[in-house]
Amino acid sequence: MKRLVITAGLAASLFLLAATAAAQAPTDAALEARLKALSEELRCLVCQNQTLADSTAPLAEDLRREVRELAQQGNSDAEIKQYLVARYGDFVLYKPPVKPTTWILWFGPFAFLLGGGLIWFVVLRRRRRGGGDDLGQPAAGPTGSGQEERARRLLDDAPDT
Amino acid sequence: MKALRFLLPLGIFVVLVGFLYVGLFRDPREVPSPLVDKPAPAFRLAQLDDPAKKLGPEDLKGQVWLLNVWASWCVSCRVEHPLLVDLARTNVVPVIGLNYKDTNALGRKWLADNGNPYQVSVVDADGRVGIDWGVYGVPETFVVDKQGVIRYKQIGPITQESLQKTILPLVRELQKS
Repeated sequence: MKRLVITAGLAASLFLLAATAAAQAPTDAALEARLKALSEELRCLVCQNQTLADSTAPLAEDLRREVRELAQQGNSDAEIKQYLVARYGDFVLYKPPVKPTTWILWFGPFAFLLGGGLIWFVVLRRRRRGGGDDLGQPAAGPTGSGQEERARRLLDDAPDT
Repeated sequence: MKALRFLLPLGIFVVLVGFLYVGLFRDPREVPSPLVDKPAPAFRLAQLDDPAKKLGPEDLKGQVWLLNVWASWCVSCRVEHPLLVDLARTNVVPVIGLNYKDTNALGRKWLADNGNPYQVSVVDADGRVGIDWGVYGVPETFVVDKQGVIRYKQIGPITQESLQKTILPLVRELQKS
């Protein structure tokens, strides 16, 4: 009887151990993946062109520790970013937030593209319509100038290669 | 219209050169702190010369004070240190030291060797208070007003120029109010 109880107890504890290990492993892996993804979006302030994930600066280590603790306490990614932005400013974010001061950054390239496209369109249309090029000079017509004749002569004279 | 064709690219070029020229003289390491004009983050830390005693920003309410972040391992702290020692002699403004990520023994020895301009130095051994204050490059110096609001942050060593032109005028102005 005693042996049976011990065996049952051992089996139960083994089962519990396995169960907790199984339950813990995936959450830990998920946390690690989340921390890695998060620290790749954050800038190290000491070596400014490195992410928090890449940097070996002491401050980066401290900040990684801080981010890990905040994540373990159940803070969301947005809350963790807010925590760092409150201390170090938007500069810690590799992806700057869209707000009036960053509109030029976000939309400037598209505005330039649009402007360039517009100029291109206008020039093309003017050329097609007016026959003159966009510098306002008359089109070099073949008439009267004798240029066509000259071109043909040049082509005929060219040695065969 | 014809003039515009040449003036427009020239104008864009001039604006671009203007931006680049200004950019030449800006230090990318100086990241503006979001903590300026915000209440000083609270802490309660052990004092370097007597760890049994603690100090925090609330103890300093009602006076203008400077928080100088320093460490014995910090090379450029040596550059600004004589200026702080001179400042302490004038008794214009109390300077509180934040001994950042240092050991007490090395910190005390450093002050004994170089002179101690601090009314009190507090110990931030693991750098957590430093993070709360947004410290990323030692030395840094904060000006805190009578209401406990951060009014200015100097990143990197204090210079004679920054002290005379920015920090001290601000301190005097804040003391009057």
